Amino acid sequence: MTLSEGAAAPVNEVVLEAVGLTKHFPVRKRLRDLFSRAPAAVHAVDDVSFALRRGQVTALVGESGSGKSTVARLLAQLYRRTAGDIRLHGVSTRVRGGRPFRSYVRRVQLILQDPFASLNPVHTIRYHLTRSLRIHGNAGRTAEDLDNALADLLTRVSLTPPERYLDAFPHELSGGQRQRVAIARALGADPEVLLADEPVSMLDVSIRLGVLNLLRDLKERLNLAILYITHDIASARYFADETIVMYAGRLVEGGDSETVTQHPAHPYTRLLIESAPDPDRITGAADATEQDRGNGEPPSLIRPPTGCRFHPRCPHAMPRCTVDLPPRLEVADRPGHWAACWLYDPAVVAGEGPGSAGADPAGTVPLVGSEGTARSGDAR
Amino acid sequence: MSEPVLQIRKLRVDYGLGDEAVHAVRDVDLTLHRGEVLGLAGESGSGKSTLAYGLTRLLPPPGVISGGQVIYHPLDGPPVDVLALTPARLRQFRWAETSIVFQGAMNSLNPVHRISTQLLDVIKAHEPRSTATGRRARARELLRLVGITADRLDSYPHQLSGGMRQRVMIAMALALEPQVVIMDEPTTALDVVMQRQILGQLAELRQRLGFAVLFITHDLSLLVEFSDRIAIMYGGRIVEEAPAAELYRRALHPYTGGLLHSFPALRGPRRELAGIPGSPPDLRAMPSGCAFHPRCPKAFGPCDKDLPPLGPPGADHPGRAVACWLHPAAEPVPR
Repeated sequence: MTLSEGAAAPVNEVVLEAVGLTKHFPVRKRLRDLFSRAPAAVHAVDDVSFALRRGQVTALVGESGSGKSTVARLLAQLYRRTAGDIRLHGVSTRVRGGRPFRSYVRRVQLILQDPFASLNPVHTIRYHLTRSLRIHGNAGRTAEDLDNALADLLTRVSLTPPERYLDAFPHELSGGQRQRVAIARALGADPEVLLADEPVSMLDVSIRLGVLNLLRDLKERLNLAILYITHDIASARYFADETIVMYAGRLVEGGDSETVTQHPAHPYTRLLIESAPDPDRITGAADATEQDRGNGEPPSLIRPPTGCRFHPRCPHAMPRCTVDLPPRLEVADRPGHWAACWLYDPAVVAGEGPGSAGADPAGTVPLVGSEGTARSGDAR
Repeated sequence: MSEPVLQIRKLRVDYGLGDEAVHAVRDVDLTLHRGEVLGLAGESGSGKSTLAYGLTRLLPPPGVISGGQVIYHPLDGPPVDVLALTPARLRQFRWAETSIVFQGAMNSLNPVHRISTQLLDVIKAHEPRSTATGRRARARELLRLVGITADRLDSYPHQLSGGMRQRVMIAMALALEPQVVIMDEPTTALDVVMQRQILGQLAELRQRLGFAVLFITHDLSLLVEFSDRIAIMYGGRIVEEAPAAELYRRALHPYTGGLLHSFPALRGPRRELAGIPGSPPDLRAMPSGCAFHPRCPKAFGPCDKDLPPLGPPGADHPGRAVACWLHPAAEPVPR
């Protein structure tokens, strides 16, 4: 098995792109809906656009139910999209099974959350990996080629010596080892893109970082594009180059990870970061209830709120937020940092002047100072 | 420190009998003081849930309590050994004195009964002389306590969100004003925003009602923020016990240090983190000596031979205990 030709290709080239990706799941009509025109649907993913670049990790962060796993399944072509486009190397793709699906899957592989469920308990690791190699034509011609390829796969995911794991059954391995096997299986296809749907959230805390570090190492060695889906924004900061935040089926903020986590712009991202456990805020639990932000729950996606979907919970909601959907607006602090929030409308920013920065709770609006430049320096 | 409310002494819990038995909890000593939050952290398989079920005598077979004592100190009256209670007395003890919020508690509500039925049932079973209107008023009050409007009382569980179901479970656990509430991963299934709301509410309720909490989780960063003291479990034993802030500032046991360095920080400089190499021990084949030595970066001479006792690590660390040969105990911990 040879390394992918990708090693020679330029870094930062866009490999897989989602453009206005939308998925609505139909729901059963109730009697009282019978005469309404609009078909009822769960608006799971609405107008999601982002690009995965070679040699980069993009984190997709959101609460459960925000539609992040649906995005992964859409990109893996397991669901048919309602609207929008998926472009692999700039070419629009829509595959439904058969040969085209297989050749797509060869380049885009999905890693699932639960390594306890994604490996077949009655088959050995050898079987799982051999299948992946054979199906995607990487098994070579002879038995010796296959053995070499198997050993190579296991070595790549640091399961050494390979002989110890090849004939083991999944139940003989720990969670972390199983997830490594799942990663090895994905690598058996020699893909360009890995879609990792919460790859570490089922694992013990002490071994999570080992798996994340492995993924990062693979990304660098094989020049993979990785979509890292997570609800843990701290791990996105640690692992991903770029972070995008999703709320109720829509993207609300994006930018490089350090900027998004250190200077969050969208009120939802701020809420997410304030809520994350922080040991430095020792026993400060008393101030956690300072203000009850609405009922603290994401909205129904069958009838999503009009305008900005966050407005019922937003402490900065303006009349306009309930009516108009905010587009992606540049945040002035870093190039490439955007938020879908009317607070960053040039008219609002200009109208309120620099004084608005002081009123801002997290002090995140244009914050360019010595601290800001130092942060960007150590970011990468 | 205030007086103890629950003392666990040399508790041992096995799964199975005889030579085949798996020792899930080994000689655990732990004291919960009145009104404090004691965090119990460890990886899956470290025995933390088994400990909670063992001390409430909720352990399903083949779990067996093979030794030790659990002493409960009621507000008035002499201390009692929970493990020696008669079935009738145990029934009174449970829920009235010690309640438990289970892992995945949002699925522990009965889906075919209204939450009012389930809340009233608890009160009726323990206070048979209460009146129907009195019970209902109490149920309303409980819901208000956890931030749910009283008009949701007649909802079915599926009509509530995950976070609300979790709050109902907490309300139910507080229904009889117990002295001890055991929470086994109460917020693991929830989103961070909801988790913070519920924990904030819990902290407030504890200040108001003064119950003690044994908070079990694998999320150490959450514990550091939320609890007063933390005990770390590994391979069925407590390996370190310390006030939360001190544990965070200076972990003595290498395993605690490793756990603390397993969480990427949201603030401060970005560091390269490694986690802990290797995987958690197999309870059927525990390593000799200190159970952590095969994964420990600082393992030396005695670690693979002798089991380090849990004890105070010297005069400069008051109120702490650690089981590690790097910090040998001057004398066995007095309890």
